[in-house]
Amino acid sequence: MASVPAVLTSEWTKIRSVSSTVWTLFAAFAVTVVMGAALSALLNATFDDLSETEQATFDPTFVSFSGTVLGQLAMVVFGVLVVGTEYSSGMIRTSLAAVPQRATFLLSKITVAGVLAFVVGLLTSFVSFFLSQAMLGDRGTDIGAENVLRAVVGGGLYMGLIAIFSMGVAAMLRSSMLSLGILMPFFFLVSQILSAVPGAKNVARYFPDQAGSKIMQVVPEAMGSDPSPYGPWAGLGIMVLWVLAAVLGGFLVLKKRDA
Amino acid sequence: MIEAVGLTKRYGAKTAVDDLSFQVRPGAVTGFLGPNGSGKSTTMRMILGLDRPTAGHVTIGGHPYRDLPNAPRQVGALLDAKGVHGGRTARNHLLSLAQLAGIPAARVDEVLGVVGLRDVAKRRSSGFSLGMGQRLGIAAALLGDPQVLLFDEPVNGLDPEGIHWVRNLMKSLAAEGRTVFVSSHLMSEMALTADHLIVIGRGRLLSDMSVTDFISANSADFARVRVPDDGPEGREKLTASLIEAGGRVMSEPGGALRVTGLPLPRISDLAHGCDVRLWELSPHQASLEEAYMRLTQGLVDYRSTDDAKAGLAEPPPQDPYASLLGAGGLAAPPEPVEVPQDGWYAPPPPVPGQGPGPRSGPSPAPADEPSSAAPAEEQTSKDLR
Repeated sequence: MASVPAVLTSEWTKIRSVSSTVWTLFAAFAVTVVMGAALSALLNATFDDLSETEQATFDPTFVSFSGTVLGQLAMVVFGVLVVGTEYSSGMIRTSLAAVPQRATFLLSKITVAGVLAFVVGLLTSFVSFFLSQAMLGDRGTDIGAENVLRAVVGGGLYMGLIAIFSMGVAAMLRSSMLSLGILMPFFFLVSQILSAVPGAKNVARYFPDQAGSKIMQVVPEAMGSDPSPYGPWAGLGIMVLWVLAAVLGGFLVLKKRDA
Repeated sequence: MIEAVGLTKRYGAKTAVDDLSFQVRPGAVTGFLGPNGSGKSTTMRMILGLDRPTAGHVTIGGHPYRDLPNAPRQVGALLDAKGVHGGRTARNHLLSLAQLAGIPAARVDEVLGVVGLRDVAKRRSSGFSLGMGQRLGIAAALLGDPQVLLFDEPVNGLDPEGIHWVRNLMKSLAAEGRTVFVSSHLMSEMALTADHLIVIGRGRLLSDMSVTDFISANSADFARVRVPDDGPEGREKLTASLIEAGGRVMSEPGGALRVTGLPLPRISDLAHGCDVRLWELSPHQASLEEAYMRLTQGLVDYRSTDDAKAGLAEPPPQDPYASLLGAGGLAAPPEPVEVPQDGWYAPPPPVPGQGPGPRSGPSPAPADEPSSAAPAEEQTSKDLR
């Protein structure tokens, strides 16, 4: 039985020894921070043009995470590549010959990559928050304010969960290209569009990204968004359920299918 | 010790491996031979627990692979040379594998030296040639100093020096008492490396015996007989006489006769009996390659056809012989069957008191043998496909 610490060490070596890890995680960080800061500056300058409801529910914390919409895509790429390159390179056969226990293999991989994504997400979240608050000036908020710290840490959790969800999907589909082809349009377009369509939005608010992003809001119904039937933690819980389903699906595929 | 019992793998309607049972013993190099697509790699993957058998099971040292405690320390495998993340350096690739089994990093540098990749250890493997990839795969197999080693086509892409090295490596690993299981589609390679042979075709076991036994059971020893070229009469007379005595006669391109099924003294006696002089009567032994080709000739999945280049080439000039034959002047004289240049080998002669070995496959003789009644029947290699 390959011991769990041994598999974790090995997965860490695998992750740190490919350049795609550095690039995707750096992109997730940079895109989220830069876009969040830029939108904060823009909203601050054009605050008077916002509608009354938007002004009334102005959420400086949520605004600083505007970059997440794009930054999460880099996290998706990171998660997909961590699992998908095992298949595209054929490394999966070497890996599974070395770790015949499928559960140990997949869970170790997801743990290492998930923790890394969470740490980077947390860093992104804090930098994004403080930079954006600086941009917002007087309209900004403070990390000590009620629920703000929850939202900022939640931003890191959200990034980590997005990465793990992508790993689960990649393990189910066993292909980087296929996974990216489904996840990228889903998170970037489908989810965003459906959440704006009346009727469809009742379903779309249970999508992992829509539900999970509630954790980053401090003001309820932030920026004129619709009221939702669940709170921030319940929203994150819905996202966690999605993630668990994806990982379980990935595990079952790995266990049942021939490598 | 690897033991397969009734191993079967189906992909939909296609049966890749069909009721395969064999044992691979320690202390010897066991060659695993078969044409492309005969199920060698599928069998290897099932041994390693990567593919689940549809029926039957395979164990290593009594355990199914997935249940082996610390598998990398017991079994080393080279499956495909390109099974490496191209962006990772050779050393990091091996290091990640070593860490799985608690193998110290110093061992990584050791095996890199053994396979001759020390100079490129820090280079990304995407830039590796196929031969370097094979060496990296072999290094991964050797990493845990395992007692059981599996190599799938290890000499693919290696240069002659590398092939020589792999050959000696296999032998020395076996000499240390390890179980070495090597697949190949090259009989000539196995003849030099293996002590024992397991031959499969279309997923079925064709032969499981030592290399020496394999040769004697499958080789079609034949006699080459050459008669004076002073006319076809002597040749025809001798051919008729040999066939009558139960031999099989084929004519070789050079005009000599290839006789199977009769001992040399008997051929000499028959020639004397019908008053034909012999210029040559020599014994020949088929190579291992021939024995293998004969065994698998009916079971090759991917056989090339003639490239007719239809519509691509100018129509060839009129065949001068066609018009000659068309004139009807020449009736084809009775002739023994031509020996095809390649692609077909005579079935082995029946050996009295000794079976042809555990050959459960269909009879590897798809073509008509020259019937004794009509030795003159003209056959071309095209008919034999």
